[in-house]
Amino acid sequence: MDQFTINLLFVGASFALYIGIAVWARAGSTSEFYAAGRGVHPVTNGMATAADWMSAASFISMAGLIAFTGYDNSSYLMGWTGGYVLLALLLAPYLRKFGKFTVSEFIGDRFYSPTARLIAVICLIIASLTYVIGQMTGVGVAFGRFLEVSNTIGLLVGAVVVFAYAVFGGMKGVTYTQVAQYIVLITAYTIPAVFISLQLTGNPIPMFGLFSEHTASGQPLLERLDQIVEELGFNEYTVHHGDTLNMVLFTLSLMIGTAGLPHVIMRFFTVPRVADARWSAGWALVFIALLYLTAPAVGAMARLNISELMWPEGTDSQAVSVEQIADDPEYDWMATWETTGLLGWEDKNGDGRIQYYNDDDEAMQERAEEEGWEGNELTNFNNDILVLANPEIANLPGWVIGLVAAGGIAAALSTAAGLLLAISSAVSHDLVKGRFNPGISEKGELLSARIAMAGAIVVASYLGLNPPGFAAETVALAFGIAAASIFPALMMGIFTKVNSHGAVVGMLTGLIVTLVYIFLHKGWLFIPDTNSFTDDDPLLGTIKSTSFGAVGAMLNFIAAFTVSKMTTPIPQEIDDLVESVRVPKGAAAATADH
Amino acid sequence: MAVTEKEKESARAYWKTNVRIILISLVIWALVSFGFGILLRPMLAGIEVGGTDLGFWFAQQGSIFVFLALIFFYAWRMNRLDAEHGVGEE
Repeated sequence: MDQFTINLLFVGASFALYIGIAVWARAGSTSEFYAAGRGVHPVTNGMATAADWMSAASFISMAGLIAFTGYDNSSYLMGWTGGYVLLALLLAPYLRKFGKFTVSEFIGDRFYSPTARLIAVICLIIASLTYVIGQMTGVGVAFGRFLEVSNTIGLLVGAVVVFAYAVFGGMKGVTYTQVAQYIVLITAYTIPAVFISLQLTGNPIPMFGLFSEHTASGQPLLERLDQIVEELGFNEYTVHHGDTLNMVLFTLSLMIGTAGLPHVIMRFFTVPRVADARWSAGWALVFIALLYLTAPAVGAMARLNISELMWPEGTDSQAVSVEQIADDPEYDWMATWETTGLLGWEDKNGDGRIQYYNDDDEAMQERAEEEGWEGNELTNFNNDILVLANPEIANLPGWVIGLVAAGGIAAALSTAAGLLLAISSAVSHDLVKGRFNPGISEKGELLSARIAMAGAIVVASYLGLNPPGFAAETVALAFGIAAASIFPALMMGIFTKVNSHGAVVGMLTGLIVTLVYIFLHKGWLFIPDTNSFTDDDPLLGTIKSTSFGAVGAMLNFIAAFTVSKMTTPIPQEIDDLVESVRVPKGAAAATADH
Repeated sequence: MAVTEKEKESARAYWKTNVRIILISLVIWALVSFGFGILLRPMLAGIEVGGTDLGFWFAQQGSIFVFLALIFFYAWRMNRLDAEHGVGEE
C-alpha cells in the first residue's frame, strides 16, 4: 500500500470516528450543544478544552519554530501554558460565578454599558479572525502534504472542508467528539516522538530523551546539537541570542492572551460549580502539557536529524549528493515535500552535492570560498512542515506518517471551525441582532451567521496564502490583540471597581495601539508590502509586533484607571455584582439571553 | 435575603486571603518563567542539566511543571478556604 492510501485511510477513519460520536451523542441530548461541559466531569472537560485549545499552531507549527531558533522560542512553551495559571487564578472561578455564556456578556453587564459590550465583541472578532488566518496557514501545509499537491491548492481544499465542518457545526459543541479529537491528536504527536527518542537516545520518553545521552556520539543530545549547528554556522541551539526584553514581553503577551481568548474562557462558564472551574483549568493544562513537554524534544531531535542527513559523513566531510537525495529511500521525504513548494534545494555550484549551512556566517563564508560553495543550497525549509515531515525524516513506518497526517488535520480543523462558529455567532447574535436589527427573524439571524462565516473563511484563506508569518507566529498576533483588549477588561471587572468609561477607553486604547503597531510591521490589514517597518528592525527599540500585546495591555490598564478616577464611580448594584462574583456561594447554572 | 454585617465581614476576610494566595502564587509563576527561564538564567548557568543548564530546563520543561502544581494547589487551597468561610456552594 502506498503512503497516499495509508494517509487517506487514517484521515478518513478519524473523521468517521468524530462524526460517529457526534451523531451518537446528539441523539442522546440536543441541549449538550449549548452547554458543552455542563454535568461533565472536570477531567473530561479538561481534555475537551485541551482539544479546543491546541490548534495548528501548537501541533503543526510550534516545534518547527523551536527547532530552527532554539532556546529563544521557549516563549511559546512558557507563554501558552503559563496563561492557564492566570486563567485559573484570575478569571475562571469568577466568570463561572457570574453565570452567563459569553465574555462580551460579562463585559456588557459588569460595565453596565452596551458600548463596552460592542467594543468587546469587535475585539473578539478581530482576534478570532487573526487566529483563523494562522490556522489556514497550517491547514494549507497539512492538506498540501496529505493530498500531495501544492500548498496553495491544499489551502483552498482545506478551506472548503473547514467551512463544511463549521456549517455542520454542532460537532464542535459535543464534548465527546473533542475528547476523541484530543486522543487522536496526542497519540499522533507522541508516537513519532517516542520512536525518534528511542532511535537517538534509547530513552522512550521524549521529554527525558531531550536531556539524555545521544547514543551515536556518546555526548548529551543537546551538546551534540549545539556542536553540529555551530559547525554549520548557525546559532547554538541552547544559547540565548535574541533580545531579552523582547523575549519577556513576547512570553507575557502569549500568557495574558491565553487568558483573554473567548473560545477557551467559554468552557469555564458552563462547568457545574465554581470549584470545578478551578479544577478544570488544572486538568486542561495536564492534557496540554503532555504535548507541550514533548514539543521541545520533537524540535531538537528533528533539527539534529536534518543536520545529520544533510551531512551524512560529518560536517567536516562532503555534503549529501544530489544522487543520494534522488535514490536513497532515506531521502524520499524531500521529494514528497518539494511537491508542496515548502521545501527546496538547488545545486548552485554544480558540484553534485547539496551544502546546507548558514551563508551569513563569516567563518562559513571563508570555508565556502575554500571549497567552492556558492551559498546555502537547502534553499527553502518552511518551519511549518517540520512536525508533519518529522516521521518521514526519521524513516518511521507508513502508519505513523498516516497517523500524524490525521492528527495535524484534526488540530487545524477543530480550532478553525470553532473560531468560525465564534465569529459567526458574534456577528449575527451580538452585532446584527443585539445592535443593528433587534427585530430580525431567526431565519435572518441564521443567514447573517452563514454570511459572516463565509466572509471570514474567504478573508482568512486569502491572507493565509500570503500569511504575515508562520502559523504559530500569526496565532501569536491574535494573542497579542486579545491580551491588549480583553484580558485587562476582565481583570479590572473582577479585581477593581473601574467604571464603564474607564473600561471603554481602556479597551479602545489597547486594541487600537496594538493593531496599529502590528499593521505597521505586518502590513495594513495584513496585506503584504504595505508595512513600514519589519520585526528585524522594529519601530520601538527591540519590541517585535508579536510581543506588543503586553505593552498594549499595560496601556489599557493605565488608560482605564486614569479615566475611571476622573469620572463617576460605579453604581451600587454594580458594586454588589462585583462583590457577589467574588464569592462562590449562590452560583446558579449558567443562563443565556438567547 | 438580607446580608448580615457578620457575613459581610467574613466575605471581606475571605477576599483578602484569596488575594494574598493569588499574589504568592503569581510571584512563583513569574519566578520560574520570567526569572529562572529568562532573566536569571545566567545565574543558574553553573548548574548543569543534560548537556545544558538549569535555566534552559526551566524555560522548556520546568516552568510547565510548576504551573501545573500552582493551579492544583490553588484549587485545593481555595476549596478549603470556601469551607472555612462558609461561602462554598453547598
